[in-house]
Amino acid sequence: MQPAGKLNERSVLSAPRPVVAEDDRPTVIHAPRSGWIGPNARELWHYRELLYFLMWRDIKVRYKQTVIGAAWAILQPLLTMIVFSVVFGHFLDVPSDGIPYPVFAYAGLLPWTFFSTALARAGGSLVYDANLLSKVYFPRLIVPAAAIMALLVDFAIAFSILIGLMLAYDVSPGFALLALPLFTLLAIATTLGAGLWLAALNVKFRDVGYVVPFLTQFWLFITPVLYPSTVVPEQWRGLLGLNPMAGVVEGFRWALTGDGDVSTTLIAVSISVALFLVVTGIAYFRRMEDQFADIV
Amino acid sequence: MTIPACHVEHLSKRYRIGSRQAAYGSLRDSISSATRSVVQAARRDRTVQSDEPSTFWALRDVSFRVEESEVLGIIGRNGAGKSTLLKVLAGITTPTEGRVTIHGRVGSLLEVGTGFHPELTGRENVFLNGAILGMRRREITQKFDDIVEFAEISAFLDTPVKRYSSGMYMRLAFSVAAHLEPDILIVDEVLAVGDAAFQQKSLSKMNSIAGDGRTVLFVSHNMLAIQDLCHRVVWMHDGQVHAEGLPEDVVGTYLRTSFSLLTEQEWPDTESAPGNNDIRLRLARVRPVNGSPNDRITIRTSFLIEFEYYLTFSEGFVQSTVNLHNEYGVLVFSAGDDHVRDPRGRPSLQGVIHESCLVPGDLLNDGMYRISVEIRTNGTTMHRQDDLLIFDVEDTLDRRVGWYGEWGGTVRPMLEWETTVMRNDH
Repeated sequence: MQPAGKLNERSVLSAPRPVVAEDDRPTVIHAPRSGWIGPNARELWHYRELLYFLMWRDIKVRYKQTVIGAAWAILQPLLTMIVFSVVFGHFLDVPSDGIPYPVFAYAGLLPWTFFSTALARAGGSLVYDANLLSKVYFPRLIVPAAAIMALLVDFAIAFSILIGLMLAYDVSPGFALLALPLFTLLAIATTLGAGLWLAALNVKFRDVGYVVPFLTQFWLFITPVLYPSTVVPEQWRGLLGLNPMAGVVEGFRWALTGDGDVSTTLIAVSISVALFLVVTGIAYFRRMEDQFADIV
Repeated sequence: MTIPACHVEHLSKRYRIGSRQAAYGSLRDSISSATRSVVQAARRDRTVQSDEPSTFWALRDVSFRVEESEVLGIIGRNGAGKSTLLKVLAGITTPTEGRVTIHGRVGSLLEVGTGFHPELTGRENVFLNGAILGMRRREITQKFDDIVEFAEISAFLDTPVKRYSSGMYMRLAFSVAAHLEPDILIVDEVLAVGDAAFQQKSLSKMNSIAGDGRTVLFVSHNMLAIQDLCHRVVWMHDGQVHAEGLPEDVVGTYLRTSFSLLTEQEWPDTESAPGNNDIRLRLARVRPVNGSPNDRITIRTSFLIEFEYYLTFSEGFVQSTVNLHNEYGVLVFSAGDDHVRDPRGRPSLQGVIHESCLVPGDLLNDGMYRISVEIRTNGTTMHRQDDLLIFDVEDTLDRRVGWYGEWGGTVRPMLEWETTVMRNDH
């Protein structure tokens, strides 16, 4: 799709009858295309309301016919935090950089839960909405993007518990809190990048559906959620940053508690990797996009 | 020449066989084929390349133009490529070769209720579905009352659609779609929705959209709707444009050639003709009065059923019966010569007998019919020939007003009808 705002000059000139002057209708060409294509920003903007409606649908539908509804958004990280605190914080005595372990664990679990849930949703999103893909045209990027964005609501709900926990344990944030949106953005970027890859691959290879749970489980262990990055030797910490979620979790803790010296190398590496994921994710997605309707 | 709303040039679309149904390959297949191609490359072995999955062309070198404000009908049998064509035009799938240039905002309606979510209420689904079909939120809000009123579901607006009856669901779904106002509307067979009354409403809506100066591309199996709504028709066959032209011309040819009809049979050779030693068929045909067996028969046409046979039997009495079965196998009528007042039939005469019966117009419903003939003598069947003739009674627009759904009933007689106002209270 390459909408061009105006008609091309030649066809206007070759028309014997004058064409209606106030013709602001777009001209669209459908033809085979090849090579790598970037996102079509203009078209995405045109379809922004669809993004909103798909998000809204996901949010509305998610907790329909459940007893406790949106409380699930809180329960999942909360219960995990309690188990982690008992097992790792209490029995195993895992260090937590001087922060009370429950706050430490929850601050890490908050972005992690968002990431792991959103990744699974985004990965399955195209297949879930297969019917839309084969019956209606719209920029396909919207589908996984909406799946991810819809989970930001759960993220916000779960965030309220964190505030309660911090008050209870008397942990107060400093100026570093201002950096929190940046790390939230980093979490979204990481999820989007990985999610686009998985979503596009899943259309062709349903194996992805089996890989994702295993992948996130594995990923959790290499992300400093239940242990601080300081347990990793100094010289390896940059390497830890190759996992962008490490940067997200570390950044979150630092922004919320102001404690611990965050490794700038780790954060910088994480940001670069996340950007790389997003760029390649979009490129791969756009390349595969044409086939979605035929093979989904 | 003005700029066409839609210009299709040498369009082709190739599918891998099976890729439409068995939608995905597994990673293992891909890895093994990747390995194979690496191995092949290493060996420089080019002969093994026939391994490539077989493909088929759903569309092959299709070209046509649709002018602005034109309503184009696309007809053809199942699998002729109509739906693929619409999908390419709508931008859902990419062509393999060729190109489509579209001038204007496109709205496609390949299915009603795309994206409806069972858990959401009617109200919520109107907004969701509207957005999916490309409407702006403001536009949906504006038309919301019209949509609900059109669908006749206002009492159930806040009920999840999973609790709707299928009729309600379809009505709501169609109603949203009917309020779409793009420059170019692409519609696949979606009119057969709801009960007769709603179908009529839907069709008059389609009619007003078409009359609105909008460009419409319309796929349907309903030849009546095609003939009434469309300015021009493209007939697709095996992925190619088979014919293109005025609806009455193209539809007529399409109907005549697409079904195997048997409107005339003749047996010049007596020996091999069906029958027995007493009787042999010679010919049979069905034709409009004053017409030939090649002419079309509509529900309004009076037509003749004729048959001839050699009779070598001369004792006693003979009776002929014509049985007419419709496409569902229902015996519509069983008729004989009512002028013969003898229950045994008429006295048998040797020689070539020609019999002909006239079926008046405005009697039969549309559809395909089979004629069988039975010749009896003295109460026993001498010969019975099933499926002697097969013919089609076409529907016409003459007796329809704004509705093209299937007309119920085994027959469709035109009756003397009188309406009298007994008391006028105004």
